[in-house]
Amino acid sequence: MGSLSPGFHGRTRAFEGRLPPGQYPTESFPVLSAGPTPHVPTDRWSFTVTTERGETRSWTWDEMMALPQEEPTVDIHCVTRWSKFDTRWRGVSLDVFLDEVDSSSEHVVAESFDGYTTNLPREDVTGGKAWLAHAYDGYALSPDHGGPARLVVPHLYFWKSAKWIKGIILTPDDEPGFWESAGYHGYGDPWREQRYWSD
Amino acid sequence: MNEHPLYLDGNALAGPLGEVFTTDPTTAWRLCPACRLPATLAQLHVYGPEPGLTARCPGCAAVALRVVTQPGHLWLQLGSGAGAFRFSRPHDRVRNPG
Repeated sequence: MGSLSPGFHGRTRAFEGRLPPGQYPTESFPVLSAGPTPHVPTDRWSFTVTTERGETRSWTWDEMMALPQEEPTVDIHCVTRWSKFDTRWRGVSLDVFLDEVDSSSEHVVAESFDGYTTNLPREDVTGGKAWLAHAYDGYALSPDHGGPARLVVPHLYFWKSAKWIKGIILTPDDEPGFWESAGYHGYGDPWREQRYWSD
Repeated sequence: MNEHPLYLDGNALAGPLGEVFTTDPTTAWRLCPACRLPATLAQLHVYGPEPGLTARCPGCAAVALRVVTQPGHLWLQLGSGAGAFRFSRPHDRVRNPG
């Protein structure tokens, strides 16, 4: 690697305390994908919450957009070691969706239109910690970044923030998702460097 | 903006899988259980490399295998529900005690 510019160091200092161990700050927004990018038109989009008893509650795009909207500005951390500060999103808190179903499950699986899955504790996607985001930096979320809508769970490594999300399944047990079943950590706390299974 | 993502062909698997296979795995044939298309590993469509390599059937995009490399170890998951195998990487100098 070449030497780092003074500006790079200066910016790192400016964000001291916000950079988890083993991460570097980036201004860009890298695109990582595990397959072809799905293109889901909003008139055929829906978001479904499924309980452990198989009960479902779904929202169309227009119904989702009519829900209370929030505009979180958050730092995000990718397990591939880049972190990006002050990312601006617009979307609906997952609390709004999960409050609509009756479930005692302590785990969820986020499921995407391309078949991707990721598992999270229910308490990590409730209490104002997670959003279904449809806009980034003032613009509609592009397909390569997960549009029309993606999960944003900024306090965990960003593979947990499933792109092209189509639903949340409430599960009684923790069910490892796409990367969690292939060597990555089950929880993924960037501040504890929970990258791989044994971390 | 680029139309992401672009995939590589299955020869991208030769390096990482060569760490744990004694014969070249890219010439192995795979019969896709989803669409029945036979293809060598070299013909698979490979996405990644980060956070891992995902190799998919060139016909129907079903996941054929996933490879995750970490310091000292390589994970290989075949298909979707087979469980992941963690191999030691004998040539990787950084060892993970886990």
